[in-house]
Amino acid sequence: MATADTHAAHAAPESSRYFVPNPSAWPFALTIGLALIMYGVGAYLEGRPLPVQLMITAGAAFALYIIFSWFRGVALESERGAYSLQVDRTFRWGMGFFIFSEVMFFGAFFGALFYTRILSVPWLGGAGARLMTNLVLWPHFEAGWPSNGPAHVGGDFEAMEALGLPAINTALLITSSFTVTWAHHALKANHRGRCIAFMWLTVALGATFLFCQAHEYIHAYTVQNLTLHSGVYGSTFFMLTGFHGLHVTLGTLMLIVITLRLMSGHFKPDRHFGFEGVAWYWHFVDVVWIGLFTFVYVL
Amino acid sequence: MAHADAHHHDDAHGHDDHAHHGPDKGVMRWIKTTNHKDLGTLYLFFSFTMFFIGGLMSLAIRAELWQPGLQYMDPELFNQFTTMHALIMIFGGVMPGFVGLANWMVPMMIGASDLALPRVNNWGFWILPFAFAMLLSTFFLPGGAPAAGWTIYPPLVLQTGNSFPLLIFAIHLMGVSSITGAINVVVTILNMRAPGMTLLKMPLFVWSWLITAYLLIAVMPVLAGSVTMLLTDKYFGTSFFNAGGGGDPVMFEHIFWFFGHPEVYIMILPAFGIISTIIPTFARKPLFGYASMVYATASIAFLSFIVWAHHMFTVGIPLAGELFFMFATMLIAVPTGVKVFNWIATMWRGSMTYETPMLFAIAFVFLFSIGGFSGLMMAMAPIDFQYHNTYFIVAHFHYVLVPGAVFAIIAAVYYWIPKWTGVMYNETLGKLHFWLSAIFINVIFFPQHFLGLAGMPRRIPDYAVQFTDFNQISTIGAFVFFVSQFIFIYNMLRCALFRHGLQPAPARVWDGAYGLEWTVPSPAPYHTFEDPPEVTDAETPWAGGHAH
Repeated sequence: MATADTHAAHAAPESSRYFVPNPSAWPFALTIGLALIMYGVGAYLEGRPLPVQLMITAGAAFALYIIFSWFRGVALESERGAYSLQVDRTFRWGMGFFIFSEVMFFGAFFGALFYTRILSVPWLGGAGARLMTNLVLWPHFEAGWPSNGPAHVGGDFEAMEALGLPAINTALLITSSFTVTWAHHALKANHRGRCIAFMWLTVALGATFLFCQAHEYIHAYTVQNLTLHSGVYGSTFFMLTGFHGLHVTLGTLMLIVITLRLMSGHFKPDRHFGFEGVAWYWHFVDVVWIGLFTFVYVL
Repeated sequence: MAHADAHHHDDAHGHDDHAHHGPDKGVMRWIKTTNHKDLGTLYLFFSFTMFFIGGLMSLAIRAELWQPGLQYMDPELFNQFTTMHALIMIFGGVMPGFVGLANWMVPMMIGASDLALPRVNNWGFWILPFAFAMLLSTFFLPGGAPAAGWTIYPPLVLQTGNSFPLLIFAIHLMGVSSITGAINVVVTILNMRAPGMTLLKMPLFVWSWLITAYLLIAVMPVLAGSVTMLLTDKYFGTSFFNAGGGGDPVMFEHIFWFFGHPEVYIMILPAFGIISTIIPTFARKPLFGYASMVYATASIAFLSFIVWAHHMFTVGIPLAGELFFMFATMLIAVPTGVKVFNWIATMWRGSMTYETPMLFAIAFVFLFSIGGFSGLMMAMAPIDFQYHNTYFIVAHFHYVLVPGAVFAIIAAVYYWIPKWTGVMYNETLGKLHFWLSAIFINVIFFPQHFLGLAGMPRRIPDYAVQFTDFNQISTIGAFVFFVSQFIFIYNMLRCALFRHGLQPAPARVWDGAYGLEWTVPSPAPYHTFEDPPEVTDAETPWAGGHAH
């Protein structure tokens, strides 16, 4: 704001100076919301006598309100022309590194999947130098995958098949990566109507994916007896697909916001990083899904 | 820079107060600030507050260890103190200390107007007081604070009482803070450098923070993932760390140390950058081997990802794993040796003076090397079987963390506080603080090597009678060291808050100091480089463009 408000910057469409925002209460307020949620959930998990529902609801509502205000503020600053090309590059680098951190987060859970499949389950079955582990501790356990371990934690269950819904979901997400790219090309060619149409198509594909996954989860819990409690197979399956599903939910919300912004005239054919950042994020959840489909469902 | 001088020197609040861009008044200034200098100050105050709280816990630990038997607390509280001392010192003291220095110095060193994402910067800071309030509040919950050690290994940590979810969520919050801070630093360095400030002209502090920030972005999410698995194992019935369900408690150690070992370098690489800044100034010679320093830092960062299981030599990993991690760990001695020799070569035939920052920097080189050598000893798997879980490891990591990381933070504060406040600190008090610190840090930790070699286990409130003498020496050292730090706090607070009558600092505070931060007046204006400065060879002598 200072950049735009001072000196002769008014004359230029875009400030030559880097945009340094005014003091802001958003970050502090957001932290209050997050802390309320965390205290509430912590008290809930431990069954402690706090008004947990109130804390969680109030914290979540407040945090969502602040997130909305913050992003709205950024969108308005962007439309006002406060962001120079250098600020644009900041957003690009920042989004790239944020996605890298997300990749590493999923890496922890993929690491757990590979470790248990390749090392710990075979070890429990006596592989390598671990013969005594099997003979002494779990004499009747034969290693294999899927596994809920030698103690059959959670009881017998039916593992997920790759064909059927998961394959359809794969097709849905890959298609949606294409549609968001077509929307991007349309925006760059200044075909706003076509761009918006492709964006809604992408949102619909994402929502269908989530619907299918919800159906899959319900089927797993009610028919297959496959739950979070189903040993390490259930743990890795639900944590990996669950966090991925959360990211698809978030990505779909982001796509909806961008589409609504497109409909109210935001973004220019040559300057639209808000759009591109969300598209990057969408490609990221797509790539993670391809990893999931390969290692969780197929192999 | 003359340009910046003309712009700012008459009004520390910048030229655009009329555009509502100056700081708010009172407490709201600090809550709402988007200014890198304000946030740097907040980070440093937070860091030293946490050093104080964590230090009090360490005094309680040392008091309990004054003699065999139980003196002042039950073992459960002792374990809570050892656990919380580590969490507070690592995540609350050392890391925010370095982030505070990055906030203050990185924009000024590369000629940027601020960090790249100032509101995110504010968020990264203000998460921390909430996270640590959450963590410290666990002392007052039924079951007390977490007591399973800062490494939070399952299955022990799953026995934590009511405080368990808050421990996990506090770690999540610290992770968010670190990741946002690190993204901010990387983006600032990659995108905000003044024209002419090429990558291989950047001050080494900036380089070391660039690489540290990469490490943070890579490993903090892994820590978040591992503690999330702990949470679901305890409350939602997953079996990640339960062998009965096909999981493995040792898997937690792998995932944790995949974070934990790079974390070690997160806490020391910025210190390397600080020492590489201070030694050339007071030796009045450009840094010896600038490029090799950069490559050594990058090599250490790379190696830090492939050595994690040297923390786990005794848990029963395959022999091939023991060998790989042993040799990979020893490799780290090579780039670290490059650094130590470069610092010595920088001082070689230099025109040396011994102001307080230089004293701390030289002590760093000596004492960090001791910690490095004991680390090399433990890198050898067969020998580590003897050292593991004894006071030897306690001595080792305190040597690299206290006379390593903490001395570097202290040296940096002495070095730059005239630039921040516009006044000189009291050199006599500084030297007194140095000698007390340098002597008593050794009194605390050197005897712990002997205790560990003789077999005294760590994290136990009681010990066999023959360990008494060395423990008493260590306890005396701890109390004197702690009290000595108040000399430093007094000296620095006087510069920050009560500067009337103190000697004003010139723009170039130290006559051997080069870099853009010394071209602006002291105290540095509230907004430093709104227009990028000119980068000259004279201000980047380390890059070899200017002969001295």
